[in-house]
Amino acid sequence: MRKFREAIIEKTILLNGFACILFVILIFIFLAKDGLALFKTISIQDFLFGQIWSPLAEPPQFGILPLFLGSLFVTIGAAVISVPLGLACAIFIGEIAPRWMRETLKAGVELLAAIPSIVIGFIGMAMLGPIVKNLFHLPTGLTAVTGSIALAFMAIPTMVSIMEDAITSVPRTYKEGSLALGATHWQTIYRVIIPAASSGIVAAIMLGIGRVIGETMAVMMLTGNASVMPQTILAPVRTLTATIAAEMGETVRGSEHYYSLFAIGLVLFGITFLINFLADMARHRKKK
Amino acid sequence: MVELSPVKIAVEDLNIRYDDVWALKDVNFSVKDKEILGVIGPANSGKTSFLRALNRLNDLDLACKMKGSILLNGKDINREMDAEEVRKKVTMVFALPIPLPMSIFDNVAYGPRRHGVKDKKKLEEIVEKSLKASFLWEEVKDRLSSSGMKLSGGQQQRLCIARTLAVEPEVILYDEPCSGLDPISTAKVEEAMRELKSRYTQILVTNNVKQAARVGDRVAFFLMGELVEIDEAQKLFTAPRDKRTNDYLTGRFG
Amino acid sequence: MKLRPQTKQKIAFTLLGVAATIVIVPVIVIFVILIQKGLPAISWKFLTEMPRMGMRAGGIFPAIMGTLCLVACAISVALPLGVLTAIYLVEYAKKNWWTRIIEIAIVNLAGVPSVVYGLFGLGLFVIFFHFGTSILAGALTLAIMELPVIITSSKEALMSVPRSFREASLALGVSKWETIRCVVLPNALPGILTGSILGVSRTAGETAPILFTVAAFYLPRLPQSIFDQCMALPYHLYVLSTQVPNVKPALQYGTALVLVGMVFSLNLVAIIVRAHIRSKKQW
Repeated sequence: MRKFREAIIEKTILLNGFACILFVILIFIFLAKDGLALFKTISIQDFLFGQIWSPLAEPPQFGILPLFLGSLFVTIGAAVISVPLGLACAIFIGEIAPRWMRETLKAGVELLAAIPSIVIGFIGMAMLGPIVKNLFHLPTGLTAVTGSIALAFMAIPTMVSIMEDAITSVPRTYKEGSLALGATHWQTIYRVIIPAASSGIVAAIMLGIGRVIGETMAVMMLTGNASVMPQTILAPVRTLTATIAAEMGETVRGSEHYYSLFAIGLVLFGITFLINFLADMARHRKKK
Repeated sequence: MVELSPVKIAVEDLNIRYDDVWALKDVNFSVKDKEILGVIGPANSGKTSFLRALNRLNDLDLACKMKGSILLNGKDINREMDAEEVRKKVTMVFALPIPLPMSIFDNVAYGPRRHGVKDKKKLEEIVEKSLKASFLWEEVKDRLSSSGMKLSGGQQQRLCIARTLAVEPEVILYDEPCSGLDPISTAKVEEAMRELKSRYTQILVTNNVKQAARVGDRVAFFLMGELVEIDEAQKLFTAPRDKRTNDYLTGRFG
Repeated sequence: MKLRPQTKQKIAFTLLGVAATIVIVPVIVIFVILIQKGLPAISWKFLTEMPRMGMRAGGIFPAIMGTLCLVACAISVALPLGVLTAIYLVEYAKKNWWTRIIEIAIVNLAGVPSVVYGLFGLGLFVIFFHFGTSILAGALTLAIMELPVIITSSKEALMSVPRSFREASLALGVSKWETIRCVVLPNALPGILTGSILGVSRTAGETAPILFTVAAFYLPRLPQSIFDQCMALPYHLYVLSTQVPNVKPALQYGTALVLVGMVFSLNLVAIIVRAHIRSKKQW
């Protein structure tokens, strides 16, 4: 009797193990179900490369290029800010800070990660927007660069923790060997430690960027919501994520607009799937 | 003088390999009921693989493949019994004592509880009996609820012995049980083994040749995966039949 | 001007320290702003009353309740699911293809954008399962979102239990599952707990997944069952700051402060539990 009960428990555990695969497949199916329905009436080309996103116009236009570029600008901007800052912070925490400072800094970074994106969006709107507006003499402070700055700070905790991990897992012998040859600590860091930790650092960057691409609320509140082709990063833009969040409330279930939002979701899913897959490969390669 | 002792464990054509490395080759012999069998040999001779095959702990290692059979009381432990049955009858004491992170009482009662004993009185009886048999009772009887991890190395090892006795096995395997212990604790463990002889069959793998001589009825010498010689302890140590045994005992290699 | 290596190092290290400061400063600034501008709004009434005048006055009680409810329901699904998956991966899974695929799946679930989870929740729970916009749909969506965090921390917790414990138990004839239940799990529990608290603190702050699956702008009463909609703190903040005109800033900051307070205290509890485990470790 007990054997029977245990067999059942072990079967349940086995099934659970595969639950995550099931969920990923389900997500894909439900996105595709309504997303691909769009392509009955709109061509994939027009969708992916069309330069006008105007679902409420007559006739409605569903080109996501402006949205894609919006996401791209914001992401690149965030990467430009967060990668150097994140790497510098990780090096500082991992190699330079004294023991007591290290724990405090790590806690601080964790707290930064804990702030909900809606709060960052809210504070950004109230504080960061006016700063950007005045600094660059713009008609509005809600632009791509505003979003980039806020998003950079949201990506940094992820990057810092993985990079710091990678840096501290470099074998001590590498470091000691370099110092024994007369190199300074700093020279050791950028000639030996960073290259040795490179695949972890690359993985961290990719995961951080993945987070940025997927961010919704903060971008929605900070980038201005102009779904036109962006000219510079100082202009308002609209990202793929913000479009879904902002427009879903207005659509009718089963309409083209509705399907188009799911199609955007599918695109996002594909992009983040790719990035995460590559980042995981990078991490796995390092472990070997 | 021929003593006809019943055979407790029969090992037939045992071959064990890990991936491509052969750890044991064509081992054939039997372990007599209620004897203490010492198993000696240098490192990598296959002693530990052999021991772990006896209670099917090798099952945990996915790289390990086995050929041949091991019979306990006439039944094949791999084909006719399942692993839990085997391990209840053939228990093991490890080289490093592994007290579980719980009280002394709970450590000893762990096995019986998992096997269904729920009655508090019965458990208390079992715990007392087992701790007495491993010569630990006097030292811990007043602090059964304190953590098992707070005991000294020697005490922890006797706790582990008590733990295995609590499940009422038929065979006890020892994998270099005194390797981390001081001479006094070692003596106490050996004393316990002698006391247990009347009720259990015991197999002791040890790197300490003198210990095998002190405690064993018969001793088996393994070298590079082969069983070179097995004989009564006295005979093996004074007049070994195989040159290799002699070389090992005289320290030609270690 | 060629600089000596030691000077270069001094410059480099200073810059690095500046970078670390830049990273930490926003945390302090945000905290200070929230307290400064939000504290005036916080009062017992604020926390326990229903909103009035189209959100412009009164309290945020239903939003707090809604968040607590969603978070509790989500973790009650995600925890067993996550722990069992972790047990499979650590104790049973063999190093083969399938296991690799599972791990990739987990990494991907962690990376899916929150708004895409919202779409997924809409398509599967709200529409396909006919749950409608409800606490049930929202909680289930949040649960799947939480899963990777729970699985990862549970895995770590399980792996931190020494292998020798398992061997000692098995060598007594105890079955694998009983060994897991009686030796591994109890000792992994604190780590699992820390992971759950962190998962909970993340779901408490999420807005996008609940946008289409459960959130309501204003409900006259508290939800009666899991098939009802509910309000939630993050959504409430969003609405107060972008959709409702003429809201007193104190109200917005106050809501933000309550949300951040909730999230921070959960994180703090997790950090304390983690430190406590490390000090009490018997092995």
